[in-house]
Amino acid sequence: MTLRVAGWLTGVGRVGHFLSDTLRSMREVGTWGGLTAVQMRRIGVQSLPIATFIAVFTGIVLALLSSYSFTGAVPLYFVGTFVGKAMMLELAPVLVGLALAGRVGANVAAELGTMKVTEQVDALETLAYDPFSYLVVPRVMAATLMFPVVVAIASAVGIVSGWVTAVNLLDLSTPEFVKGIRLFYQFKDIWFGLVKAMSFGFAIAVVGCYHGLETRGGAQEVGKETTTAVVRGAEAILVLDAFWAVVLL
Amino acid sequence: MIVFNNVCKSFGEKEVLRNFALEVQDGETTVVIGYSGSGKSVALKHVVGLLEPDAGEVTVDGQVVHELDRQSLRGLRSRIGFVFQFAALFDSMTVRQNLELGLKRQKLSERELEQRVRESLAMVDLTGSEDRYPAELSGGMRKRVGLARAVALKPQYLLYDEPTTGLDPVTAAVINELMVRTRERLGVTSIVVTHDLTSAYRVGDRIAMLYRGAIRQVGTVEQIQRTHDPIVRQFIEGRPEAGADAEAAAGGSA
Repeated sequence: MTLRVAGWLTGVGRVGHFLSDTLRSMREVGTWGGLTAVQMRRIGVQSLPIATFIAVFTGIVLALLSSYSFTGAVPLYFVGTFVGKAMMLELAPVLVGLALAGRVGANVAAELGTMKVTEQVDALETLAYDPFSYLVVPRVMAATLMFPVVVAIASAVGIVSGWVTAVNLLDLSTPEFVKGIRLFYQFKDIWFGLVKAMSFGFAIAVVGCYHGLETRGGAQEVGKETTTAVVRGAEAILVLDAFWAVVLL
Repeated sequence: MIVFNNVCKSFGEKEVLRNFALEVQDGETTVVIGYSGSGKSVALKHVVGLLEPDAGEVTVDGQVVHELDRQSLRGLRSRIGFVFQFAALFDSMTVRQNLELGLKRQKLSERELEQRVRESLAMVDLTGSEDRYPAELSGGMRKRVGLARAVALKPQYLLYDEPTTGLDPVTAAVINELMVRTRERLGVTSIVVTHDLTSAYRVGDRIAMLYRGAIRQVGTVEQIQRTHDPIVRQFIEGRPEAGADAEAAAGGSA
């Protein structure tokens, strides 16, 4: 038990050290500035297909689910309210975040892990580069900046998908759906989801980079650290989701 | 001058270096030989601060490597070229980009950058390979690109980690000649770690044998070839007796 606690504390200390190294390396803008744009495309733009795929089907299910639940008791235009609120506040950030914990977290951890075990990270250091400025900061910056963009697009797509479903499969007109969306709308509905998405992006990238650079050994360890990065990233999303709900709602 | 001053290094329970002491004079090539897993590469990585000693110190031109701040360490690294055992080329970059990466730190003009890349690749007989990716190169070619990447920096020191391991004899001989040529042209101080004795005899001014974490013997190529130390003899003759036999013959003094 004592050993387990000591191991856990050591782990926390290492992550803390990793974060402080990451923050310190942000001063070297000349190194990470140009590389961040490349990562924004890889992490953000290339994640759009999976994000929109998730959003389309979530929108369909939300519309049908709410219609099924409200029948007889609640006016049907509340379908719009439910779809809008659920997409913006919770489902777009969390479902897209979980999907990207797999896509981005695994990609980052596997790439850096392979670089680590093939001594490419050491080579970078011998060429007078700081691996944090060159590898970690661009990925963390890109994920933190691009996750809100991806989630915003996913929210919009999900709402459109819910609207198309409501109009075509339910007995609901476009003005009624829009009325439902506008009924309890607050600007907070938008920024709350985006703040969450930003924190998810930061956490997924940090976890992926940490496990990638912690890799020792060979291919088996790269696989192990990649899996761990995905699991820890998903856990971080759920914990942060609850944290923001407690703090901001 | 590079000085290893009683360096100790352990990984968990495993003690890899135990009071490792060695001086590498300016302009010379010192070859560190020893069994696989004896800690040769570990010693080499201390020179560029990739590893920190548990005790003792490594100094380069009087600077204690593990005490340098980030900026000074970066300055030191820019004077040292490191050739990795498996080349450690950046596989997402072309040969040209691999060479340019370190050079960009030196803030050269585009023309100088291009010229350095061209010269370095010519030196390792790889002119025309600029736009190829590491995955498209053979093992020997990758090692030569790794050497070109180090040489392109025009370093004061060159560190070679097992430069000929895993290569066929002809390619290994080509790498040996490149190392000799590099020293003649650039006048660099080099440390080569290897267990390839043909390479050690060809490129080394002095040879140091690492055994059980410490230097067992240092000498010129001739001195090593004529040594009476049973441990060193066993290694250079490639005799398969257990290490304990040779140690017993040496009176147990490891």
